[in-house]
Amino acid sequence: MEFSNSRQKFAANQRSPGKGMSDTTKAISELFASRFGDRVKVGPTVGGIVSIEVEVGAWLEVCRILRDEDEFGFEQLTDLCGVDYLSYGQSEWETDDASQEGFSRGVEGLGPGRFDWADRPESAGVKQRFGVVVHLLSFRNNHRLRLRCFAPDEGMPIVPSLVEIWSSANWYEREAFDLFGIVFEGHPDLRRIMTDYGFTGHPFRKDFPLIGNVAVRYDPQKKRVVYEPVEIESRVGVPRVLREDSRYKADEVDQAADATAEQIASGEAVTGEQDRKDG
Amino acid sequence: MAEIRNYTMNFGPQHPAAHGVLRLVLEMDGETVVRADPHVGLLHRATEKLAESKPFNQSIGYLDRLDYMSMMCNEHAYVRAIEQLLGIEPPPRAQYIRTLFDELTRFSNHLLWIASCGIDLGAMTVFLYAFREREMIMDMYEAVSGARMHAAYYRPGGVYRDLPDKMPPYKETRWTKGKDLKRRNEWREGSMLDFIEAFARDVPGKIDEYETLLTNNRIWKQRTVGIGVVSPEKALQMGYSGVMLRGSGIEWDLRKKQPYAMYDQVDFDIPVGVGGDCYDRYLVRVEELRQSARIILQCVDWLRKNPGHVMLKNFKVIPPTREEMKDDMEALIHHFKLFTEGYCVPAGETYCAVEAPKGEFGCYLVSDGANKPFRVHFRAPGFAHLSSMHELARGHMLADTVAIISTLDLVFGEVDR
Repeated sequence: MEFSNSRQKFAANQRSPGKGMSDTTKAISELFASRFGDRVKVGPTVGGIVSIEVEVGAWLEVCRILRDEDEFGFEQLTDLCGVDYLSYGQSEWETDDASQEGFSRGVEGLGPGRFDWADRPESAGVKQRFGVVVHLLSFRNNHRLRLRCFAPDEGMPIVPSLVEIWSSANWYEREAFDLFGIVFEGHPDLRRIMTDYGFTGHPFRKDFPLIGNVAVRYDPQKKRVVYEPVEIESRVGVPRVLREDSRYKADEVDQAADATAEQIASGEAVTGEQDRKDG
Repeated sequence: MAEIRNYTMNFGPQHPAAHGVLRLVLEMDGETVVRADPHVGLLHRATEKLAESKPFNQSIGYLDRLDYMSMMCNEHAYVRAIEQLLGIEPPPRAQYIRTLFDELTRFSNHLLWIASCGIDLGAMTVFLYAFREREMIMDMYEAVSGARMHAAYYRPGGVYRDLPDKMPPYKETRWTKGKDLKRRNEWREGSMLDFIEAFARDVPGKIDEYETLLTNNRIWKQRTVGIGVVSPEKALQMGYSGVMLRGSGIEWDLRKKQPYAMYDQVDFDIPVGVGGDCYDRYLVRVEELRQSARIILQCVDWLRKNPGHVMLKNFKVIPPTREEMKDDMEALIHHFKLFTEGYCVPAGETYCAVEAPKGEFGCYLVSDGANKPFRVHFRAPGFAHLSSMHELARGHMLADTVAIISTLDLVFGEVDR
């Protein structure tokens, strides 16, 4: 019983992650809307981090304002990464309809990790395929911000570089270039960083095979390292499945927060039941 | 007249002071570094891409292998990101256990740092001292998770199991017996919490031992004072976090500023440096060792008084126990679904950061509603720190680059991911 008491105490004291910041998130959203107008789109807030989408044309200008103006004051670029939105929301296992034959096997289809270099899928005109996601941190105001910018052309994704504004963007942009092939215009030193010297392709793209394309080994006859096509079979054990779950229907931020509170409450109810069972 | 040219040399990839596989291309003017160009990626294992091909829980083990000196802190960031998207909150006992093990991990990481930094700069003894204590933390890891390093102990919804009631003692061998065996098992007679408490009460004395060897050591000071100085403005601009930031005099610690787990319930101080050089970063780390010991004792105290669950009861995410499966059909079905398919995380994105021993370790997680992450990106503190290598090393002597690399506290598992 002591446990359930402490549980209640916990629920009373517990500050959900980023709660200290969440009072201000609404104000921040309004601030963005009034300051930047329709150059930015303010998205949902999860865990106290506001997420905004910036047009590629306004990318540098918005970032500069975010760093320099006191009300924003984002002194640090904490993180920058590329995202490839190809195949977003696609399932490898359709289980919508009941039929006489039963369900399809989960291994059908060319999901991520199920093709090799020769069979890699063609990306057919996906709009807004490559995104650059930046996380900013303001030490002064103690809040975070997520910025997203989509490269306009998926064949040759180009986004202006942020190195001039935050120098920590340097290696992160090199990484995004290496892994996703996003070109950062104005970057002083856009070399590959993670992959091997002389590597071809951009390995984190969704149409790049999980097993890679070349294998490296030491050849004792030639007395040097040789590159050969990969021989291993692509093997992914668990199919990718999307399940509609009524518990997660809530789209709005507030509803999501309510769901969290509910979850905590229901967890409490179950543990309480457990206590009774134990007692 | 002879033509005088700068000399370009390779530091690594196989160099004992490079802390792993760093290839540092140095352009030298005599003994002075003109340009430092780190080549990383030699340990790149595409962890983020691998995680995209697996259900959420199966990637926890990979997280241990990122920063393989602070295993559980990495897990913490990933697990918290999943929990946040699922909208679940682990029970308080699990939160306290996480706080406890985060601090033990910080302790072990800083011990390894002080050991390897000592060796890099020519101090052998401190290495032996630090590994003596680190071994006990490895034993705690093993007692709680079964693995000395790659624990996979934190799970969405709590921790894998409660702390054991008994700390495994040393067995008698030909070399360890009689009085010696008794001395080594002195702390191990009670529960695991007893062992951790005995350890945490004892270590401040041990930290004094390290300090006796280093803090006022003339050679140590000559090698570290005024080396690799970073101004606070530069530190922010270059994306520093953790000790690198605090060493430069910025009072910033996620455990205080954006508290997670039970850090807002425990009492501790944040040490801050003044000069921003290698010596200050050393002092900050030593003080963090002492503060960690303080937090550990508070967690032990709470955990003793408050038994309870360490996992949520939620079959949609957390597998049922074996006993429950034996006589409950629902539990059996949930178990089957969880282990063949995993759980689906609602569509959305989040960024969760923890104050890992090396700095801010963040996890950016994008889910499209599937049983696997759509994209997961790990923000490794070492990556940002190493990217400023040129700024730090320019104008210093070759031998000083060793001190600089050392106090960046790099582990290539996380830099290369």
